[in-house]
Amino acid sequence: MAGLLGHKIGMTQIFAENGVVIPVTVVQAGPCFVTQIKTKETDGYDATQIGFDNPKEKNVAKPKKGQFDKADLKPLKYLHEFDFSDMTEVKVGDELKADIFKVGEIVKVSGISKGKGFQGAVKRHKFSGGPKTHGQSDRMRAPGSLGQSSYPSRVYKGLKMAGRMGGNRLTLKSVEIVKVEAENNLIFLKGSVPGGKNSLLEIVN
Amino acid sequence: MDVLHSVTANQLRADIPEFRTGDTLAVNVRVIEGEKERIQVFQGVCIKRSGGGLNETFTVRKISNGVGVERIFPIHSPRIASIEVKRTGKVRRAKLYYLRALKGKAARIKES
Repeated sequence: MAGLLGHKIGMTQIFAENGVVIPVTVVQAGPCFVTQIKTKETDGYDATQIGFDNPKEKNVAKPKKGQFDKADLKPLKYLHEFDFSDMTEVKVGDELKADIFKVGEIVKVSGISKGKGFQGAVKRHKFSGGPKTHGQSDRMRAPGSLGQSSYPSRVYKGLKMAGRMGGNRLTLKSVEIVKVEAENNLIFLKGSVPGGKNSLLEIVN
Repeated sequence: MDVLHSVTANQLRADIPEFRTGDTLAVNVRVIEGEKERIQVFQGVCIKRSGGGLNETFTVRKISNGVGVERIFPIHSPRIASIEVKRTGKVRRAKLYYLRALKGKAARIKES
């Protein structure tokens, strides 16, 4: 198990050796630094906290700064805990590069999806809408029936309706790593991943 | 955007000749049949170029046995062995979709 934080840079495509075009998302994954190692004795559970991206000096709270000074690191913007149980050799202050992942590896990718605003049921829940013709009016993108009649005389909770869409945390399982550039800390993931450009992503294997 | 340009830069091919829509091209395509690899020529008029950078593609149209055939190639694809410009055409459009409705003499393009 290992994890990295990264910024989504954008999408492009690369050619495989046999000439097939592979759509890829380029992620600036690192340099990440180990900021704290939590153990069962001191914290009640095992985890490794890593940090990514340097903020402006003035935006770092003084108590936070103390943690980084202790580890002899520059302040870091994002801190996340991962399970590094297989990588026992990591210690506080270590730099993690993108090459902790190998080409062909299957990873999980989490991020906050793009906010879509208030959307109807067709877009938000993939409803099929109503018929276009045969005497219909105003039914094309309607959600249909909301339920039964005098019993239960109410709309069930959790019914799929129009509303705010996007902007929530999504995790994609089984995302393939197509290419890793360790010197620039770039990871090429196959296909699309949640979020807009420069959004924060977690990559876990 | 700069990072995306730099990561794809090494895949861009420098050996592709300059050509425009309206030019007659012979595209030598690598065809893999089982173990063997051979080269197949697809010759026709370039009717479209689209996209940019590594994503750029071009469309070649030819008439094969009286049927119009169009093939879209990624310009920087390693499957393309080479491209020969057979004839440069003089056209006033970037996309020659009008050729699809024409055949025979009417579908000729003036040489520039």
